[in-house]
Amino acid sequence: MSSQDIPEENLPAEQSAGHNDHGHGAVGVADEKNPFADPGLPPHEHRIQDIDERAARRSERTVAMMFVLSMLATVGFIVSYVAIPHDRTIYVFPIGHINALNFALGLTLGAALFLIGAGAVHWARTLMSDEELADERHPIEAEPEVKAKVMADFKQGAKESALGRRKLIRNTMFGALALFPLSGVMLLRDLGPLPGTKLRHTLWSKGKLLVNMNTNEPLRASDVAVGSLTFAKPEGLEEHDHEFQTEIAKAALMIVRIQPDDIKDKRELEWSHEGIVAYSKICTHVGCPISLYEQQTHHVLCPCHQSTFDLSDGARVIFGPAGHALPQLRIGVNDEGYLEALGDFDEPVGPAFWERG
Amino acid sequence: MKKLSARRRHPLAAVVVLLLALACTGGLYVLLAPTSEAKADTTAQSLAIDEGKKLYAVGCASCHGTGGQGTTDGPSLVGVGAAAVDFQVGTGRMPAQQPGAQVPKKKNIYSQAEIDQLAAYISSLGAGPNVPTEAQYGPEGADIAKGGELFRTNCAQCHNFTGKGGALTHGKFAPDLEGVSPKHIYEAMQTGPQNMPSFPDTTLSEQNKQDIIAYLDAVNGEDTESPGGLELGGLGPVSEGLFGWIFGLGSLIAVAVWVAARTAKAKKS
Repeated sequence: MSSQDIPEENLPAEQSAGHNDHGHGAVGVADEKNPFADPGLPPHEHRIQDIDERAARRSERTVAMMFVLSMLATVGFIVSYVAIPHDRTIYVFPIGHINALNFALGLTLGAALFLIGAGAVHWARTLMSDEELADERHPIEAEPEVKAKVMADFKQGAKESALGRRKLIRNTMFGALALFPLSGVMLLRDLGPLPGTKLRHTLWSKGKLLVNMNTNEPLRASDVAVGSLTFAKPEGLEEHDHEFQTEIAKAALMIVRIQPDDIKDKRELEWSHEGIVAYSKICTHVGCPISLYEQQTHHVLCPCHQSTFDLSDGARVIFGPAGHALPQLRIGVNDEGYLEALGDFDEPVGPAFWERG
Repeated sequence: MKKLSARRRHPLAAVVVLLLALACTGGLYVLLAPTSEAKADTTAQSLAIDEGKKLYAVGCASCHGTGGQGTTDGPSLVGVGAAAVDFQVGTGRMPAQQPGAQVPKKKNIYSQAEIDQLAAYISSLGAGPNVPTEAQYGPEGADIAKGGELFRTNCAQCHNFTGKGGALTHGKFAPDLEGVSPKHIYEAMQTGPQNMPSFPDTTLSEQNKQDIIAYLDAVNGEDTESPGGLELGGLGPVSEGLFGWIFGLGSLIAVAVWVAARTAKAKKS
C-alpha cells in the first residue's frame, strides 16, 4: 500500500487544516472506497483549570503540596530510622501489636512514594495539556528516491573499502568475529566439573552406625518405639564439618518402626530390623526434605508438592508428582545392639536426573 | 383419731404430711443404703481405678471396648499409659464427638480428678508413659536456642517453624501449638496422639523436650510479640501471598479505576 491509497481528507495536512477551536468535527465523507464516514474526534472540552486561572493555581498548589508532603515523609523516614529504637512495640488498631520502627519506616516510605505518584497524576489530569491529537500511520516503505540513494551509498562504500578485492582482510575479519564468542563459551566451564558418580553415592556404607540427630548418640534398636519418628545421620558426620550440608543433603534418614505384620512389601520387611525401617528423607520429586509422617496411616507427605509415600508398602508413591518410591537403606544391628547400615542406598537418592536410568 | 382427721383441712396439713414423708424416705435410705466404708480394699489407688472404670464405661467403652481392648471404632488402650489419657481427655479430644479424619480439640468436660481416675484405670490395663511432673516440663534450665534447633528437626515439618500448625493428607492437620499447656505438649511428644508420631525419651530426651517447650513458649507463647503486626495465621507465603494479591493489588486497581472514572472536564457528562 502506498500513500496514493489513503483518502486525501485523512492525511495529516488535511486534518490540521480542518482543526478549529470547537474540535476536529466530522472529517470523513462516505464514498465508494470507504462506505463508512470517519466521524473524526469529538469536539474538545475544556477543564475548569483551562478556563479559570484561579482553579489552575489551586491545582498547582495541590500538586506542590503533595510533593512537599512526600519530602516531609522522606525526612520522617530518616528521622524514624535514627530516632526509634528497634525493639519498641506499639499497638496500632487494625494491625495489632507491631514493631514501632517497622511501622514508621513502612508508613513514611509508602507515603513518600504514593504522594509523588498522586501529585504526578493530579498534575497530568488538571494542568498538562489534554488536547486530543491524532497521529496518522504512514506507509512503512521508504520513497523510491531514498531507497535508490541508500543502495548507491552502500555500493560505493563496499567499493571504497575494497572488501571484495582484499580477500585476506575479509577472511581474517570473519575469522576474528567467528572466534570471539568462544571466550564466552569457555566461561561456561565454570558450571562444572560434572558431578561424576557423586549423585549415586552417599556417606552410608556397611557397618556405619545410625546416629540420632537429636542426641548425637548412636541409636539402639530398643530405642525406637512403634509409632515413633527419628532422624539419623551416618556415624562420623559432625555438624561443624565443612561438608556437612552437602553430605546430609543426601544421607538424611528417617527412621520409623512399624509392626512387622503391617509391612506389605516383602523387600521392605527384609531390609528392616524387626519393623524398624530407614528411608531417605529426600523427596524423589525435587528433593525437599519430607518427614510429615502420619503414624497411623504410615503415610509420609511432602510439604512442597504434596507427594505422598506409603512407608508400609516400600514407600510407594500414592499421590502427587514424585516419580519413584523413596530409597530404603538396608539396616541391621551389630553385636552391641546398635543399628547399623548394611551398605549404601542401592539407588540414587532424591530427584531423578538425566543419566539416572 | 377424730381430732386428727378434723384437722385434715388445716392450711399446714399438707406441709406436715410432706415433711413426715421426707423424713421416712430419708430414714429408710440411711438404714438400707450400702455404705462405701464397708468395702474391703480401700487404698486410694484402687479406688481411683474403680472410679475410673465407671467413668470409662460411660464415656469411652462404646469405641474402645469394655476392657480397653479396642474395637473397629477405636484403638486398643492397653499400654498407652496415663500420659496419653491426660492429653486426650485433658485437651477435650476424647471422648470424640464423631468419627472423622481427625478428632479436634474441644472444651474439656472432665475435672482433673476425673481425668486422673481415668488415667489410673487405663494404666492399670498395661504399663505406659506416666503423666509428667512439673520438673519435667517446666522451663527452668531449658536452652531455647537448642529447643529451636530440635523443633526444626523434629516438629517444624508439620507444625510450621513457630508451631502455627499446617495441613496434612485427607483432611488431617497438625494443630496450632499456641496456648497448649507445657504438660500437654510434653505428653503429645511422649505418646504420639492420633497420627502424630511419638518421640519417646530414648530418642528425644527429657531435656530435649524441655528445650522444645521453652522454644515454643518463646516464639508462640501468650506474650510473644510479632514484630510484623498482623500475622495472617503465621503460615507463611500462602496466606501472605493471598493477602497481597487480594488487598495489595486490589487497592491499586481500585485507585486506578477511581482516578480514571472521574472526568477532569468542566462539563460533567
